[in-house]
This record gives sequence, structure tokens and C-alpha cells, in this order.
Amino acid sequence: MKEIYFDNNATTKVDEAVFEEIRPYFCELYGNPSSMHFFGGQVQRKIDEARNRTAALLGALPEEIIFTACGTESDNAAIRSALEIFPEKRHIITTRVEHPAVLTLCRNLSKRGYRVTELTVDGDGNLDLDELRAVVDDDTAIVSIMHANNETGVIFPIEKIGAIVKEKGALFHTDAVQAVGKVPMNMASSTVDMLALSGHKLHAPKGIGAMYLRKGVPFRPFMVGGHQERNRRAGTENTVGIIALGKSCELAGHYLAEENSRVKALRDRLEAEILRLIPNVRVNGGGAERLPNTTSVAFEFVEGEAILLLLSEKGICASSGSACTSGSLEPSHVLRAMGVPFTCAHGSIRFSLSRFSTDEEVDAIIGELPPIIQRLRELSPFGREFLQK
Amino acid sequence: MWDYTDKVREHFLNPKNVGEIPDADAVGEVGSLACGDALKLYLKLDENKERIVDAKFQTFGCASAIASSSALTEIIKGKTLDEALDVSNQEIAEFLGGLPEEKMHCSVMGQEALEVAIAKYRGGPVPGHDHDHLHPEMEGEIVCKCFGITDQFLKKVISDNKLHTAEQVTHFTKAGGGCGGCIPQINELIAEVMGDQPKEERKRPEKLTNLRKMQLIQDILEKEVRPLLWADGGDLELIDIAGSTVQIAFRKACAGCVSSGHTAKFVEQKLREFVAEDIVVEEVEG
Repeated sequence: MKEIYFDNNATTKVDEAVFEEIRPYFCELYGNPSSMHFFGGQVQRKIDEARNRTAALLGALPEEIIFTACGTESDNAAIRSALEIFPEKRHIITTRVEHPAVLTLCRNLSKRGYRVTELTVDGDGNLDLDELRAVVDDDTAIVSIMHANNETGVIFPIEKIGAIVKEKGALFHTDAVQAVGKVPMNMASSTVDMLALSGHKLHAPKGIGAMYLRKGVPFRPFMVGGHQERNRRAGTENTVGIIALGKSCELAGHYLAEENSRVKALRDRLEAEILRLIPNVRVNGGGAERLPNTTSVAFEFVEGEAILLLLSEKGICASSGSACTSGSLEPSHVLRAMGVPFTCAHGSIRFSLSRFSTDEEVDAIIGELPPIIQRLRELSPFGREFLQK
Repeated sequence: MWDYTDKVREHFLNPKNVGEIPDADAVGEVGSLACGDALKLYLKLDENKERIVDAKFQTFGCASAIASSSALTEIIKGKTLDEALDVSNQEIAEFLGGLPEEKMHCSVMGQEALEVAIAKYRGGPVPGHDHDHLHPEMEGEIVCKCFGITDQFLKKVISDNKLHTAEQVTHFTKAGGGCGGCIPQINELIAEVMGDQPKEERKRPEKLTNLRKMQLIQDILEKEVRPLLWADGGDLELIDIAGSTVQIAFRKACAGCVSSGHTAKFVEQKLREFVAEDIVVEEVEG
């Protein structure tokens, strides 16, 4: 069965061009970039190129890029560093809808005596910037707010947030794992101090990430050891990962316009057809500004895991904010924070597209999904009551 | 991805006995939309009103909930009501070749619906685990407020399945899987049912100076109460202590939470247990 992969916010296919770029660096050009000899030196030059390419996508300087293992590491490094730089400041601000990479860290820190404010969101998933203005104070060490939400695709107004944060002298970090490659960025004119990105969300392999660290912002690494990454992230470089990330950033810059035109049109058509063909559906975050590739749709009276498994039977890969898929018993923290009505919170499905998504795939989903929802509603006591009305 | 058996998959993809029985003799309904799963079970009896000749179901829930319902109806068809009452949730799970532990509550839901249907038909008291919050006809005291689950039901499941940890109880019944506020009570029930000695516990002091009392209140809030609230993104702040009146304000997820009244009661109960019997907790804006 050929897969129809609409789960690109979970991970993406490695672009063939990325794979070709790294192929020689496994068995042939395997030198250590720190070595003095020519054999390591040529790898070092390739890493420099990757750094330039990554910086170019962000509108940053090459020395502002630190390669890490993943988005989670970048998030941890940024937040922990800020707390070490300002030992007297005991307040952290984040949001209730962050990725666990940030939220779990902040909640752990709150158990260690930090004051943590989790900003709320409205029904569309938007922040209230007045709430941020009211809570940011001289005691705030760092504000960590995601660029775009992984579950709903809702985009936060990063530059407005950064301007508020700067007034109080706190550092501003953004988890941009879902936004990089989909939203144009220019760190040169940005209010962001630190930013996290992840390779496998933009067609590089898993196990490589990067952190943007604004020039002049002090940094305390939590990985110490060798001199790699200018003493900011010790450990022998993941050379193939770094080279892959560089290539994938170059490609992402190239495809940025397509993500926001062709891919967005596919997403819009998928969403519009679902709403047209299936009654009692809502789009989570539908009223907010969103990533061009993401739609989170909530089907009333049915449960998400059952939808996913029936889609999977047809080769369609999506994901769900429902409780049952995660092993927890409540719907996702993002949907709960948005106050998604309980009649449909358990039946939320996320489709996330990529530049490899096609019209035919959208057609296939539009064909398969309505009978699946109909079948589960017929099975559900609530769905039957609704269908009989 | 869940590691479902082929049997679970088969009963999810092609469930047996889906639908309603318009002239059913017995109907049992458990769960709700809010809880994330629900089952409505219909039973048709023979002319002696003794043996189940047909069973049908409607289920809202995940694959294992649907498969468990299908398995249940297959198991009970042809059984007498008394035989059916002997069907345990383990039997449903075994029929399906096993369920992931996190999904055992699906098999328990099947068994619950069966008990409710038969109890309603026989006109006796309805077993105390109708997830429909705070049902008046229910037996037992509510323990888990998030999912509306009683002590009697929990004790039965703990004993039937020989559960030893609160996490297992959550997997089997969902109790404790919401705000987590009832986990200490679940541990007490496990100790009671399984005969374990309760863990070394703090003792309430005999006499307290005012200063010591205030310190102890702060200590209990920090160590015994707030970590439980954090688990669900909630928090509270101690605003003031005047004599035995403790003023608290809820923060984050607890602020504006519909169950904050329950949470305030829970805080009071903890402080009474560890500090002094006359403590009164007041929720204030602050």
C-alpha cells in the first residue's frame, strides 16, 4: 500500500537532494572536522557551508547558528542559559499551548522554585498580548513563546511579543520548529534573542537541530567538553546531520513561496471539502493566522484514534489530539487550553502537508474520510442520535 | 502506534452486533462524550426472561473500546443473566488476545455496561460506576471527580484485577487520569483492598504555636498539595493565614476551573489531616 503521508508536523521525508548531499560523508569523507589534516579540513569546510545555508534561511549571521541534536535540546539550552545569566531573576513566561520541550521544562523549573506564568489562549488559539504586558516584569529572566503551534498551526505575533519583552529587559526565546521553512524570517531585524529549529521537520534526517543565538546575547552552555561550536555546544559534530540540515535549509528557502502558495491551496481545498462534505465539523484555530500546511479538524461524536486507524487502513497517515492516541485520558493540552467543546475535543484530527503533497492525495483523503466519519457516527450512541435528527 | 492484537483489529474493523434492539429487555449505558468513551448495551431475553438471546451495542471511543464492546456481545449471547454477571473484564480482554494495559479501562467499561443493564432490568440499585457525573441512584462515594468514579467500583476493579499502583488503577478505570487530585485516595483504597500497610505518613501534631502552625501550613501546601496541581498545569498561591482560616487563590489551570470548589475542599482536607482539624480554606481573588 502506498502511503499518503499527511503527518509532516510529526516528521518529514528526507529530500532526495539532501540524501545525495550527505551520501559521501558516511564512508568516504568521514574525517573529524576538528582534525589538523586535509581529511578533516574538507569536512570542516562543508560544515561552514551548512552554517551559512542555515543562517541564510533565518536572515542571521553564520556565527549566530549553533548546531544541536534536536529542537528539544535547543529549547532546553536557551531557557537554561537565560536562567544562569540572570541568577537573581526567578520568573519565566511561557504559554499553555507550548510543545512539551518547553512546557515540561518550565513546569519542572516551577517545582524548583521558579515562578512560571503560562499565558492563556482564546478559542482560536490566539494570545492576549495585554496579558503578557501585565505579567512581564523586572524579575522575568526569559519569555519562551512558540512561533507556530504544532497541533493547530496557529502563528503567534513573534515580533510584537518580542517588543513587549524587550521593554522589560528579559530574553526572548521562540520555539520555531514548526515555523522555519514555512514562515519567512529575518533575524537581522527581529526582536528574537534565541530560536530553536529542528532538521527532521524540514526534510533533513532526525537527530539534528539548531539554535539561533543573537550576537551579543550572553550564553551559558549546558553541554560542556570540547571546543566545538565555539565552546557553545561541546561534542563531536554530527557531520552528516549538519550537512543535511544546511542543504535542507537551502531547499526550504527555495520552496518557501511554494509552501505558501501551492501547499496552502492544497490545505485550503482539503479543509473546505471536509467542511462541505461532513456535517458538525469545526476547524481548531480556524479564525487565527495559521501555517500554510496545517489543519486541525474536530469531528463531533467520534473519537480520534478510531478515525486515525480507519484512515491508516486506507494508507492515510494523520495524527490526533485525542486522548486515546497518547495514552493519556484527556484531549491534548492545546485543545483544552483553547476550550474546544468536549463534544468534539476527542475527535480532532490533524492533517499536515508538505511540498511533496499532491492534488491526488488530497482527492483520496476527501474520498475516504466522509464514509469513515459516517461509519463511526453510526457506531456511536451520540452520533446516532444526531444522525436521526 | 498501539500494539493491538489481530483480534482487536478484527473486532474494531468488523465489529459484531452493532446497533440497537428497539424492544430490548435491558439497556445499560456508561460513559459520556466528555469522558472520551461511552457504551450503550442492549439485551434481548428469551421468553422465560432468563437467557440472553441477542445483544447489540453502540460505542463512542477508540479502537479498543469498539473491539471490547464487540467482544462483550459475542461472549454474553446465549448466557443466562447470572452467567453473564460472572463475565469479568479480564475475560473480555482475553477474548481479544489481550489489551495494552493503558487500554484496560475499555474492557472494564464493557463489563460495567453489562452490570448496569442487568441491575436496571432487575430493578435493584444501579452499580456505582455510571460515569454520568453524580448520579443520584449510584452506590458509593465519588472518588474521582473528573470521571465520576466511586470508591465501591474502584475497590471491585482493584480486587478483581489485583492492582497495586495508582497508575494501574488509572489504566483500568481512568480514575486519577484527569486532575490527579484523587490519587492519594486511590492509594488508600489499594492499601485497604490489597491489605498493604499504608506508607509511613505524616502525623498531625498535638499542639502548635501560631508560628509553627503557619510554617506547617506552608510546608503542606508546598509538599503535599501544589505538586498534585502542577501535574495538571494548575497551581495555587497562599494569600493569608488568620487563625485557622487559610486564604488561597487558584492560579493557571485551576483558576476558573469548574472543579475548583472540589480542589479547595481537597486542600482543606489535606490541611486538616496534617495540621489541625479546625482549618477552614477560603478561596479568594488575589
